Amino acid sequence: MARSGARRQRSLHQRTRPAIWLAQHLASARDALCRLLRTPLPTAMTIAVIGISLALPAALYVLTGNLRLMVSNWDETAAISLFLRQEVDDATAATLAERLRERPELEAVRLIGREQALREFRELGGFEGAFDQLEDNPLPALLAIYPRNTQPEDLERLSAALLELPEADFARMDSLWLQRLRAILALSQRAVFIFAALLGLGVLLIVGNTIRLEILNRRIDIEIMELVGATAAFVRRPFLYAGAWYGLLGGLGAWLLVTLLLSLLQGPVSRLAELYGASFRLAGLDALALLLVVGGSVLLGLTGSWIAVERHLRGAHPV
Amino acid sequence: MVEFERVFKRYPERGEALSDISLRIAPGELVFLTGHSGAGKSTLLRLIGLLERPSRGQIRIGGRDLASLKRGRIPYHRREVGMIFQDHRLLPDRSVFDNVALPLEVMGVGHKEIGRRVRAALDQVGLLARERATPVALSGGEQQRVGIARAVVARPPLVVADEPTGNLDPDLSREIFELFERFHYVGVTLIIATHDLGLVAKMPYRTLTLSEGRLVNDSGGW
Ligand SMILES: Nc1ncnc2c1ncn2[C@@H]1O[C@H](COP(=O)(O)OP(=O)(O)O)[C@@H](O)[C@H]1O
Ligand SMILES: [Mg+2]
Repeated sequence: MARSGARRQRSLHQRTRPAIWLAQHLASARDALCRLLRTPLPTAMTIAVIGISLALPAALYVLTGNLRLMVSNWDETAAISLFLRQEVDDATAATLAERLRERPELEAVRLIGREQALREFRELGGFEGAFDQLEDNPLPALLAIYPRNTQPEDLERLSAALLELPEADFARMDSLWLQRLRAILALSQRAVFIFAALLGLGVLLIVGNTIRLEILNRRIDIEIMELVGATAAFVRRPFLYAGAWYGLLGGLGAWLLVTLLLSLLQGPVSRLAELYGASFRLAGLDALALLLVVGGSVLLGLTGSWIAVERHLRGAHPV
Repeated sequence: MVEFERVFKRYPERGEALSDISLRIAPGELVFLTGHSGAGKSTLLRLIGLLERPSRGQIRIGGRDLASLKRGRIPYHRREVGMIFQDHRLLPDRSVFDNVALPLEVMGVGHKEIGRRVRAALDQVGLLARERATPVALSGGEQQRVGIARAVVARPPLVVADEPTGNLDPDLSREIFELFERFHYVGVTLIIATHDLGLVAKMPYRTLTLSEGRLVNDSGGW
C-alpha cells in the first residue's frame, strides 16, 4: 500500500512542494485572522492590552529621545558666560578675548560686543523701539567661554579666576544644570529598557494565555484534524499565526498610541519653544524604533503562542 | 493488505482488550467485524489507524510494519486509512463541504482539485445538495454519510468503520451498507465493525467474530 498510496497522493496534487507549503501558510494565516475577527470584542481587548503595554516604553523612548535632541541643540551654549563691566568698550573686549584664547585650558572664546548685543536684542520680539529712546547702549559686552574641561569643580575654579579680571563684572554657568539633565536622561534611557523588558514579558504571558484558552476550546477540532492525517506542524500553524497577528496588531496599536500622544504634546511644546524664540518639532518613532516595536511585538506574540502550543499540544496523544 | 501477527493490547486499568490476534485481510476484501460490546472491535480498528500501539505482536498494513513507523510519519499513515466513527466526529462549526474537504486540506491539495473531489465524494453519498449545511442541520443518517464521504474523499486504499450504523434504523443502515458495497466494487479494502448481525447474515462477506479480546470465529463468507 505504501507505494500505491504514494502514487495516489502525488496524483492528488500536481502542485510542487514549495507551492503547497506557501499555500498552506497563507491559508493558515488567513484562517487565524478570520478566527480573531469572528470574536471582535475579546480580540480587541487583547490587542489593546498589548498595545498599551508596548506604548509605555515606546513613549518613554520617544520622549527621552526628544529631550536628548533639545539638549544637543543646547550644546552650543557656552559653559560660562562672562559679562564685562558696562564701561568696557568693544575694542577692549576684543583684546581681552584674544588674550583669553591663548590660555590652554580654554577651547574657544566668542565675543558678543555691545553693538551686536543691542542689535540682537532689537530683533527679539516685543522690544522694538524700546531702546530707541535711549542715548547710550545699556548692554555690556559678553564673552562666551568654552573650556576644554567641563567638570563642575573645574568650571567653578575657572569662573572664579575669570572674575579676578578687572574687566569682568559677573559670570553665569549654563552647563551645570545641563549636566544634571543629561544624567537624568541617561537614567531614563536605562528605565526604557527595564520597562520594555518587564512589559514585554507581560505581552508574552497575555498572548500565551490567550492561545492556551484557544487550544482548549478547540480540543475536538484538533483531535479530528489529527484523525484525518494532519501533521503536528499543520495543527500548530494556525495558533502560531494567531499569536503573530496579536503581536502585529498590538504593535501597530502601540505605534498609534504613541503618535496620538505626540500630537497631543506638540501644541504645548511648540508654544513653550516659541517663548524662547525657538521652534521645536517633536520627533515621532523613527523607522528603526517603529520596526523594533512592531517587529518585537510580532516576535513576542509568536513566542507566547509557541510556548502555549509546546505546552498544550505536545503529548496530547500517546501514540 | 492488513496483517496481524499475535497481537495483544493491554490497558493497565482494564486488562487485556485484545489477546493473541492473528489475521490476514487481502486487498479489496470487505470484512465484517462483530462481537458483543466490549469484545475489542474498536480497539482493533484503533490499532489499524495507529490511534494506539499494540502491547505486543506485529501489525503490517500494506506490507509496512507499523512498529517501524516513527511518530512524525503517523499522519501520513492515517491519510491512507479512511476512518469512520459511530459518532461521526464532524466539525460542528464547519459546513458539510469543509468537513469533507478536511483530509485534502491537510494534504495540501489545491483549491480547484478540492472542490472537484469533495463534490464527487458528496455525490457518491447522495449529499451534493447539502454541501452548505452545517452538520447539526442534518439527520443522523446524513451525518454518517458526511463522515463516509470524508473517509473516502482522498481515495485511501483502506477504509475502517466502527459501528457506522449503531444509531440508525434498519432502512438507513441498509443504505449505508449498500454504500460500502459500492466502494468494495471499486477495489477499496473495507473493515466494518458492527453488531447488526441480521444485515451481516444477508450479505456474502467474510465475518470476523471477537469475544473477550479473542478471535473466536472467521467465517469466509458464503
Ligand atoms: N482507552 C481505554 N482505556 C482502558 N480500557 C479500554 C480503553 N478502550 C477500551 N478499553 C477496554 O477494552 C475492552 C475492549 O473495548 P472496545 O474495543 O471498545 O470494545 P468494542 O468496541 O468491541 O465494544 C473493553 O473492556 C474496554 O473497557
Ligand atoms: Mg466499540
